[in-house]
Amino acid sequence: MKRIITATVQDRSGVLNRITGMLHKRQFNIDSITVGSSETEGISKMTFVVEISDHQKLEQLTKQLNKQIDVLKVSDITDKAIVARELALIKVGGTGQLRAEIQGIINPFRASVIDVSKDSLTIQVTGKPDKVEALISLLRPYGIKELTKTGVTAFLRGQQPKQVTEINSLSI
Amino acid sequence: MKVEVKREMESTKELRTGSDLLIETLVDAQVDTIFGYPGGAVLPIYDALYRSNAPFKHVLSRHEQGSIHAAEGYARVTGKPGVVLATSGPGATNLITGITDAMMDSLPLVVFTGQVANSVIGTDAFQEADVMGITTPITKYNYQVKNIAELPRIVKEAFHIASTGRPGPVVVDIPKNISAAITLEEYDNEFHLPGYQPTKNPNPLQIIKLAEALGRAKRPVLLAGAGVVFAKASEDLKEFAEKYQLPVANTLLGLGSFPGSHSLSLGMAGMHGTYAANMAIYECDLLINIGARFDDRLTGNIEHFAPHAKVAHIDIDPAEIGKNISTDIPVVADAKEALQALLKSSINMPDHKLWKEKLQHNKANYPLWYERSNEFISPQWLMEQIYRVSNGEAIVTTDVGQHQMWAAQYYQFDKPNRWVTSGGLGTMGFGFPAAIGAQLGAPDELVVSVVGDGGFQMTLQELSIIKERNLPIKVIIVNNEALGMVRQWQESFYEERYSESILANPDFVKLAESYGIRGLKVEREDDVVEILEGVFAYNGPVVVDCRVVQLACVYPMIAPGKGIHEMIGVTK
Ligand SMILES: Cc1ncc(C[n+]2csc(CCOP(=O)(O)OP(=O)(O)O)c2C)c(N)n1
Ligand SMILES: [Mg+2]
Repeated sequence: MKRIITATVQDRSGVLNRITGMLHKRQFNIDSITVGSSETEGISKMTFVVEISDHQKLEQLTKQLNKQIDVLKVSDITDKAIVARELALIKVGGTGQLRAEIQGIINPFRASVIDVSKDSLTIQVTGKPDKVEALISLLRPYGIKELTKTGVTAFLRGQQPKQVTEINSLSI
Repeated sequence: MKVEVKREMESTKELRTGSDLLIETLVDAQVDTIFGYPGGAVLPIYDALYRSNAPFKHVLSRHEQGSIHAAEGYARVTGKPGVVLATSGPGATNLITGITDAMMDSLPLVVFTGQVANSVIGTDAFQEADVMGITTPITKYNYQVKNIAELPRIVKEAFHIASTGRPGPVVVDIPKNISAAITLEEYDNEFHLPGYQPTKNPNPLQIIKLAEALGRAKRPVLLAGAGVVFAKASEDLKEFAEKYQLPVANTLLGLGSFPGSHSLSLGMAGMHGTYAANMAIYECDLLINIGARFDDRLTGNIEHFAPHAKVAHIDIDPAEIGKNISTDIPVVADAKEALQALLKSSINMPDHKLWKEKLQHNKANYPLWYERSNEFISPQWLMEQIYRVSNGEAIVTTDVGQHQMWAAQYYQFDKPNRWVTSGGLGTMGFGFPAAIGAQLGAPDELVVSVVGDGGFQMTLQELSIIKERNLPIKVIIVNNEALGMVRQWQESFYEERYSESILANPDFVKLAESYGIRGLKVEREDDVVEILEGVFAYNGPVVVDCRVVQLACVYPMIAPGKGIHEMIGVTK
């Protein structure tokens, strides 16, 4: 199962190394990690998308993250009301007629062309991972020359249908 | 301003450098012993040590690995953090085995490494090693000091992190420009670690659940690990076990947390544990693990581990709970707090007389056994004599291998902090330097270092220290002229193809003598007791080369991949 896990961490040097090293050592399968500053100075937010085989492994992951001294809070937000976005840049080959066709494909995705050359265009798309994936597969037949994704960043919506349960050491 | 400061110092001849500041912080932390080795990047620190009249001693090893294992022995025996100082590059990398060992066995260490000056970090400067990168996965936490102002805070934090919660090693990497910087200022050492708040007190609801489970259990067993020792909870454990008449199995590192000679003790569980302990775990209906981490050498094949039991796990590290064995009643707490909470709750224990009788029966009918040879000394018998002649009161350190398992099996520890061995990492070369730290931490105790002929040769250069400081350590070499544990596995699982496991050894007596230390050799069982009596009574270091049966094996055993109930060699 895919899970989206967020962590609030202290912005100390080496924190990213410590966390990714732990994930690697303990053989967790990471689809993506994003890190960036948060609303508070000195505090960063990390978002992990992980492929996890079972519940016990998931519990281990959150516990191992929580155990890190620089980690302040860990939440598995997969089943909450969340906003999750990633950004992809996609370079496809295309001239003349094809360009119009591609434009037609990307429009419903509210993606935009951000660079054009003689024989290629670069498209920027932002959205939930499945939307981004859908656009990529539609563009594939046109020949994707280059692709890069930022990975997912996410947090909870302002309004939650149910109470959020936080995962931390105190919950057991 | 700067110039003025300099002039003032010249006039008083009193330099105050980052290194002096470091020493002040060590005094604040009440350090009494540092284990270290000098080098270029720590010259300012060694110079400050030379100039200082700080009330602690520096113990010069002959290899940084010796320093760090000594610090581990010190930590194990005193419960206080062991402090290590080494230079950059090779000095730091020589510590890696010990840091990893301390991480695996949760030993509190504060390790200072020199580093090249900040201006050249990242340029592959002379004796530069990426200590932060290398030690991140093997430390509880690590720091590189970037600014002299943060040094006092970092050191204080390092001691706090190393010694609280689940203890572990913390590395502080100090660039030379910091240790050499001149400063007259005082800096704040207050710290705040919002992400590090170990849970000491158990959740009362979980204690109630555990008490209820005990109230229903017909076949309960306690498994006590080193967490009990770290929490100084041995007395509480004894009270708890006695109050409810609960049998106790120990992990290898938990030996001594419960008196080995107690009628409720089942002895050690695990790969070379007793039949009684392992079968109790196999057959129990409630297993209460206190401060152990369900290591694979304990559990054997986890499919067969406590298959009929409700599992309760008390651990200060939540991440250990449910990691290897799924747990019904998790209790995140310090072992002492949890035991005291359990002692306060009223539990109506059902009668488990039959269960107790069964365990007593197993204990009586399937004791540890070994074959006596009439030619050479039987190593197991040797352990029994060491136990007897030292009245069971020695601090015993071991290396890794067969002799380690025999010491664990035949030396009954009745008190905590007297058993010093490398469990999780199984580090050969650990035992002898660890004895140095143990003896420095407990100067009035008899320290016996039981080592193999193989492992002793990994760190024996530290004989220099025990001569220099006249540390009265008794080194017992269990000499089977073999890497015995490797040889045993080759015998059992590789049709006696003894690939690279038979040793040609030096003359250990002459070797000891060359260090100025008394050396003895004993080859006949008839001489053992008298020699041991003399050696233990002698007030100085001794190395005893004990020639033992080469082909002896450690039994009983759970073969790799087998379950805890499938032991071999339970009886002759
Ligand atoms: C540093 C290190 N290298 C290799 C091993 C693998 N190993 C485990 S036990 C053993 C043999 C130890 O021989 P010795 O010290 O003579 O002890 P004995 O088993 O004979 O009592 C070896 C090589 C180890 N544990 N540690
Ligand atoms: Mg040997």
